[in-house]
Amino acid sequence: MDDEAELTPLHPNYVKLVRLTALLFLLPPVVAAVILETRELLPRGAILAPVALLALWLVIRAPLRRYHARGFHMGTDRLRVVRGLVFNSDTVVPFGRVQHIDVHQGPLERAYGLGTLVLHTAGNHNASVALPGLAHGDALAMREDIRAHVKRETM
Amino acid sequence: MNRAGGAAADEWRRTSSRSFVVGAILSLRNGGFPALAALVGTGAWKQGWAIVVPTLLAIGALTALFSYLAWRNFRYRLGDGDIRIERGLLNRTARSVPYERIQDVSLEQSLVPRLFGLFDVKFETGAGGKDEAHIRYVSAAEADALREAVRARRDGETAAAGETPAEPASRTLFAMDLKRLATFGVFEFSLVVFAVLAGAAQQFDFLLPFDLWNYREWIGLVAGPGHWLQDLGVAAQVIGALLALAALAIVGLVTGLTRTVLRDYGFTLDETAKGLRRRRGLLTRSDVVMPIHRVQALKVGTGIVRRRFGWHALSAVSLAQDAKAGNLVIAPFARLDELAPVVAATGFHLPAASIAWRRPSPRHRFDRALLGVIPLALAGFAASLLGSSLDAPRGTLPALAVGLLALAVLLVVRARFLWRHDRHAIDASQLFARRGWLAPRLDIASRVKLQSVEIAQGPLARRRGYADVHFGVAGGALRLRGVPLDEARAIRAAVLDSIAAVDFSSLPG
Repeated sequence: MDDEAELTPLHPNYVKLVRLTALLFLLPPVVAAVILETRELLPRGAILAPVALLALWLVIRAPLRRYHARGFHMGTDRLRVVRGLVFNSDTVVPFGRVQHIDVHQGPLERAYGLGTLVLHTAGNHNASVALPGLAHGDALAMREDIRAHVKRETM
Repeated sequence: MNRAGGAAADEWRRTSSRSFVVGAILSLRNGGFPALAALVGTGAWKQGWAIVVPTLLAIGALTALFSYLAWRNFRYRLGDGDIRIERGLLNRTARSVPYERIQDVSLEQSLVPRLFGLFDVKFETGAGGKDEAHIRYVSAAEADALREAVRARRDGETAAAGETPAEPASRTLFAMDLKRLATFGVFEFSLVVFAVLAGAAQQFDFLLPFDLWNYREWIGLVAGPGHWLQDLGVAAQVIGALLALAALAIVGLVTGLTRTVLRDYGFTLDETAKGLRRRRGLLTRSDVVMPIHRVQALKVGTGIVRRRFGWHALSAVSLAQDAKAGNLVIAPFARLDELAPVVAATGFHLPAASIAWRRPSPRHRFDRALLGVIPLALAGFAASLLGSSLDAPRGTLPALAVGLLALAVLLVVRARFLWRHDRHAIDASQLFARRGWLAPRLDIASRVKLQSVEIAQGPLARRRGYADVHFGVAGGALRLRGVPLDEARAIRAAVLDSIAAVDFSSLPG
């Protein structure tokens, strides 16, 4: 029963990455709120205060909770990926069903030394299962590990 | 390969020379109508035959020329590791399709090529279906040879000198005679023709002598030239209505019968050495072979009415799919006891009578029903509030309330019914999921052919302790909804253990 085994947490830098992404994503609405605020359409702070509070929660609190909701477990013959704060999903991919493997690294991920491991299966559902927030070296090592399991597909 | 003398490697080949005639006819069909429309639209036809005839001749000649050039520049070759196809005069495209990637080779004959005895050979690579490689219009012998050559090379038997018998031994698993076809057609009752007519009426309403959508004109028509309609009395009007209904029924029946006969005429499913071979169609005859090991899952479907008479349809889910439908129909209209041997031939089995069916969590059903009923209750509440302030006509509000109540009751009944009838089961090698209310369907998946397992929970499901289980199926989808969490975990563990026990390399497909 290594399906229910203890989950391995992601790299701590993943929190920073999610915060930075949220910050970039929230920049336009915050700027818009500031501009609206200067027009003085509503009582002072009626627009900026809720937007700022929401933004603060999304940047500081939410990434931490998301980080704690995520995790993975590398079994001997399968990878389990758990994610989702509100909508929880718990996926297991047997190595024997992996078609090919990607290790993806975006510019922000590179800055934090992170990588995303993507397993592709032949299924229509969960055709690709992504596991973000790994140290890039770990992701590469996991890829090699899984690749060793994937026998050459014979037709 | 001796039979396919032309299929030797390293030799460029062209399609049948007749195919350029077929191509010309087909493009005339596509280009002819716009040309006629242009003639009529510009008023050129008023100039008399002196203009029209040369124009038509020019169109014909140009079409023939282009078709000839297209044929002239199309060539293909069976290489050592792939099929090469080159086409195009100015935009030249060279495509290479590796044999290992070819899931299946299908032959298709639509009406015009059929008149010339030619086939469209399609190589299915599972690349989404749209951009599959075609070799358009070769003779029957060449089509068969191509198919055999690709199969042999793919299976790595290139060097084998074995003489494959010209017609491998086959066994008919399922066939439909005319009587069965007619019964099937009756159940395919369809009023789609009215949708088409309505669409056409909207497109071409300028051709009608009156405005179709203006009800005043209709009243005028009835009161004026049609006033005899009103003078006929109640009995005659009832008879008229009945006649109209009968006409509707006849149109629906004829549509259903025609479509069914066109699609499924001469339906034959054979078990051959290469897999299941399906042939069907009246005008467009298709011939598909699916290797049995590529069948990933089966679906047994039915309809609301035909279910009462015990008719079912069986389709196979695979990576190489039928061009249009998501999966290959291998028995469109059959009794369950007729399906059993077909199912057995695909390497699957129907659920045993003794199998332990499990139901979804009652909490899941309850929550789903509640989610359906709450909006209705809110709508009713809102309507009564609005009604008291807007003084709506008397009688509409109670009617609305009763209607909403009836809908809510229906939802509750449906939820109860679904809870009783949605079920799943797992046995030593397969997974069964039955769902649906009026037309239930049964999905059968092989445990070892599943690709991944996911347990998904929304916020509600998490509090109430149930989960959806999604399985990755190549070419399809399978999920169990609202399973108690412990059971979901147990199912996943069982399935994963059977997947891990079978090495992928020993499991083709």
